[in-house]
Amino acid sequence: MRTAGNLWTRKHLLGMAGLSKEEIATLLDTAVSLREVNRREIKKVPTLRGKTIINLFFENSTRTRTSFELAGKRMSADVINMSVASSSVQKGETLLDTLANLQAMNPDVVVMRHPESGVLQFLANHLNTALVNAGDGRHEHPTQGLLDILTIQDHLPLLERDSFSGLVVAICGDVLHSRVARSNALGLKSLGAEVRFVGPSTLMPNQAEEAFGVTVHHRLEEGLAGAHVVMMLRLQNERMNSPYLPSVREYAEFWGLTRNRLRLADPKAIVMHPGPINRGVEISSEVVDDPDRSVILEQVANGLAVRMAVLYLLCGSGVRR
Amino acid sequence: MAWRCGWRCYIYCVDLEYGGKMYNPSLTESILIRGGRVIDPAHGRDETADVLIVDGVIQAVGRLEFTAQCRVIEAEGLVVAPGLVDMHVHLREPGQEYKEDIASGTRAAAAGGVTSVACMPNTQPVADDLSVIGYIQERARQSGVVRVFPVGAITKGLQGQVLTEMGLLQRAGCVAFSDDGRPVSDSGVMRKALEYSRMFSALLIQHAEEPSLSGGCMHEGIVSSRLGLPGIPSESESVMVDRDIRLVALTGGRYHVAHLSTRQAVVAVEQARRQGLPVSCEVTPHHFSLTDEAVIGYDTDAKMSPPLRSTTDRQALLDGLAQGVITVIATDHAPHDEENKRVEFCRAANGVIGLETLLPVSLELVRDGVMSLSACLAAMSCHPARLLGIPHGTLEVGRAADVVLFDPEESWIVDARQMQSKSKNSCFHGRRVKGRVKQTLVAGRVVYTDEGR
Repeated sequence: MRTAGNLWTRKHLLGMAGLSKEEIATLLDTAVSLREVNRREIKKVPTLRGKTIINLFFENSTRTRTSFELAGKRMSADVINMSVASSSVQKGETLLDTLANLQAMNPDVVVMRHPESGVLQFLANHLNTALVNAGDGRHEHPTQGLLDILTIQDHLPLLERDSFSGLVVAICGDVLHSRVARSNALGLKSLGAEVRFVGPSTLMPNQAEEAFGVTVHHRLEEGLAGAHVVMMLRLQNERMNSPYLPSVREYAEFWGLTRNRLRLADPKAIVMHPGPINRGVEISSEVVDDPDRSVILEQVANGLAVRMAVLYLLCGSGVRR
Repeated sequence: MAWRCGWRCYIYCVDLEYGGKMYNPSLTESILIRGGRVIDPAHGRDETADVLIVDGVIQAVGRLEFTAQCRVIEAEGLVVAPGLVDMHVHLREPGQEYKEDIASGTRAAAAGGVTSVACMPNTQPVADDLSVIGYIQERARQSGVVRVFPVGAITKGLQGQVLTEMGLLQRAGCVAFSDDGRPVSDSGVMRKALEYSRMFSALLIQHAEEPSLSGGCMHEGIVSSRLGLPGIPSESESVMVDRDIRLVALTGGRYHVAHLSTRQAVVAVEQARRQGLPVSCEVTPHHFSLTDEAVIGYDTDAKMSPPLRSTTDRQALLDGLAQGVITVIATDHAPHDEENKRVEFCRAANGVIGLETLLPVSLELVRDGVMSLSACLAAMSCHPARLLGIPHGTLEVGRAADVVLFDPEESWIVDARQMQSKSKNSCFHGRRVKGRVKQTLVAGRVVYTDEGR
């Protein structure tokens, strides 16, 4: 792990954009070696003792916040959680001032989620604290991208492949509002996978082909054909503020992943979902609960390992300040 | 042969070009700008010449022989041009004096070689009423260093519903009308505004953006997709320009598109002009020199309305300038304090300052072969002056001596912190540019000199 750490020289983890193949490999290797801690009877190592991590969430989150919290605690860091209703806190204090105040308390890492795209980059331009992006608007969610890639990597042998090269990954649903889709597409492309964005035309980023080097499909059947990995995205109702879709019923009818539709994919294809799941909307229960197909809970387990790796690399070993 | 004999000497001044006419300005103040490259696009003049200013008025231009009690400004190696006219400026007074006021905004103009500004009415209160226009004019008299021409609102409170008293406002000195910052989006109201303003031959300046397509915070394209920022498609502008041009055809009102940014809108304006409709448009230096790629890194100084567009749009703006479809370059100088800019991208205020970079950035058009120096200067002097109906933007004899002297070759790096404007939100900060204003004169009075800089 010392050698892995030496390959990591970044101060922040703001996104998958710009990460090299080697950097992704370093993160994944570190995650794999830390994964074992979570299976011990006493799930705690002293690696980050004396380090302080602040989890600052300006958006609701259960999974990601808990995952970061546990990741820090299992490595003996002091972890502070702050959940902030994004609009009310801003009265009288700018975001930059809020962060400058936290920085003054000298944390080692600030993990942050925020509803606005680009906020982490903005803060990184003005602050010194190491920042981890836990999701910014519809921009990026790099630890989700990494945990998804780790999960896919675990399944490469079962898919009878030895690398990401030529692997077909279909990312399906509300791509427009999805930071998960962006982070995955960027990471998977840099590892050599073939990525498809599959979804209604109203929920697709402008010129997605050129922007991400993916293919775009507006029929689920076409997007699933021969895919090795089917990644379903949550239909983000809370982001809907204009007429993207006529009804949930119509969405489920045309865009829901059912066992029947899954037959179009590779016979060994795995099904992923970043959660939380809307059962019966973007994915049917029979698929979610199919142990031969669904790797959704493995994603969650890997999430913890990946976040331990990120905190470890940013806190401890590689960073030269 | 011209010669200089000290600060005070006797007077004998001959303008060879006008047949040896003699002037005797002994009891007056005279300035001779000597030996510069005098460019007056309004009269197709581009030659090495002298300019004689007496009592703030241009008295003669040409090869002047003289013995005079004149102040001499040596202009060898410099371009001597009409003071620039910027028809799109936000001076923020009254109401947002912490961002800019008439004093600081006009100082910025002077530093940029701009001697006349048309200031937009989205002040607080809105310049939709005689009292506000009177206040602006009074403040300009007290604290302004260049000429300030107020633009009145088209609708009361910029609400897009009730027309302002255009007749009275025009009589009081408004040179045009605009709801800038927002469009007149109701087609019926726009039709009435064009019909009504036509009676006074008043110019309507439209901020052309269809509101229902403009909900994003940058241009919609590859960059917005990558950054995960909601986009504003080019059509948000062209839909509105297309509609307005049909209303111009219906009404005959004079129509000018502010800060044109898209290819489709250039095409629409070109067609309208070819049909002889009273349609014109302006482009800003940031729109013709930058693209949406400037937003990468979430730089809020690259956020404005309309947004920086694609490479294709930018190229169309350059072509539009080259072909004379776009006849005006204006800054849309929009000062914002740090508090409104050092925030999350989507929350940041729209707009950039531009007065002090107008000339050097526009000179890039000349260097890149888009247009001649004379045509470039015309777009910042006589063209906007004509649209606004003001007697400036030319070096014609008998006109007020509003003059800019600049060194077209001097290279420098833009530093927003050094600017006269109260706000520092320049999208050109750090850019290497060429062309430096040396002196700016308004009515023969030096209002800016770069000495000691």
